[in-house]
Amino acid sequence: MLKKRIIPCLDIKDGRTVKGINFVGIRDAGDPIELAKKYAEDGADELVFLDITATVEKRKTLVDLVEKVAAEINIPFTVGGGINSLEDVEAVIKAGADKVSINSAAVKRPELIREIAEQFGSQCVVLAIDTKFNGLEWKVFVKGGREETALETIDWAKQGESLGAGEILLTSMNNDGTKNGFALDITNEVAKSINIPVIASGGAGAKEDFKNLFQNTEAGAGLAASIFHYGEIPVPELKNYLLNENIPVRYEN
Amino acid sequence: MVLAIIKYNAGNIKSVENAVKRLGFDCVVSDDFDVIRSADKVIFPGVGEASSAMKYLCRKGLDKLIISLKQPVLGICLGQQLMCKFSQEGDTECLGIFDCEVKEFPAEDKVPHMGWNEITGLESELFQNVKENSDVYFVHSYYCEPTKEQVASCNYIKPFAAAMNKDNFYACQFHPEKSAGIGEQILKNFLEL
Repeated sequence: MLKKRIIPCLDIKDGRTVKGINFVGIRDAGDPIELAKKYAEDGADELVFLDITATVEKRKTLVDLVEKVAAEINIPFTVGGGINSLEDVEAVIKAGADKVSINSAAVKRPELIREIAEQFGSQCVVLAIDTKFNGLEWKVFVKGGREETALETIDWAKQGESLGAGEILLTSMNNDGTKNGFALDITNEVAKSINIPVIASGGAGAKEDFKNLFQNTEAGAGLAASIFHYGEIPVPELKNYLLNENIPVRYEN
Repeated sequence: MVLAIIKYNAGNIKSVENAVKRLGFDCVVSDDFDVIRSADKVIFPGVGEASSAMKYLCRKGLDKLIISLKQPVLGICLGQQLMCKFSQEGDTECLGIFDCEVKEFPAEDKVPHMGWNEITGLESELFQNVKENSDVYFVHSYYCEPTKEQVASCNYIKPFAAAMNKDNFYACQFHPEKSAGIGEQILKNFLEL
């Protein structure tokens, strides 16, 4: 049976992790490689690195980081944040990333999805959608959630699939940072309307939130940042809990 | 031990190279006939589309080289599919090492089959010290039909061949280079054959 994936997300700025605490056995929580290795050893199923660097040196530091991560990590990882062109994609894929996630650039020019899929395969294109409920409908936001677009979330997810995206990373801005659980309704609506996997993001605060996600939606994966970084919920504890709740997860002893 | 990784137009070679190095083995990434022919082991990796990959291999003469190899060869993912007889992806005549056809998953569940799934019926030296029902990482939209040459099986939408072996040719649909400790054990088993 295909397992439900648990995906820690690391926010990166100037080659360093933004949040995080010093776990036992980690000398420097700001070192993305150390943190990534720790997660991989703990049984994380994949990792996402989200680069929030805003400088012109961005590409070079990101590529350097991707090379180091690829040399050390034995699970798949995705790189996102400010990937704007086919050249950006090529740089991180060649450095060893398994997938790239694109967001604002795809809204601006949807053909980018098709171009990446044709050159590198659909399996490496993760379409990241930031969504927010405005009281009437779930709209797509870009530029780190600062700008509303005219796009309706389910329509955009369907369009992304038809252009060749291999996965949708759906972040509910209404839930993000609340720790009150994932946005189950929109996650399931999106997952039911497309035939590619959906990664749910935004709102994870407790182990039960993952159980609710996997029991009530067709999402294939749950992504979270702070609960893992701050050691609130260690990955093995979460997986052990989910196993006891009869949710299929990978658990290596 | 000289390990050659076949260089061609289907990506993901870097991941395989990194994984082999983490295990303490050296390797050379090459499309040079002499280098590949004289290597002790050969890995035939691949992520991409079958027809364009086959076209490239034929243009470079790598198709004939691969089927003539006598040392242990490991095909990974698209590598396994290209070692079969025929693929529905782009209606492609493949290398024909395995008597097996590659078909597209019906859209009865999410496609691609992406993520960790368990392998069963393990019967090859590739799986020494690997337990039945171990989880490994898959990403694919086409699958190899069950065959007498399979040495591991997986089930997603329908049962398919997760690994195969015939003489010196080995192959797996999953990515050992991305399958954590289990994947490392499988790669190590191949490298120590």
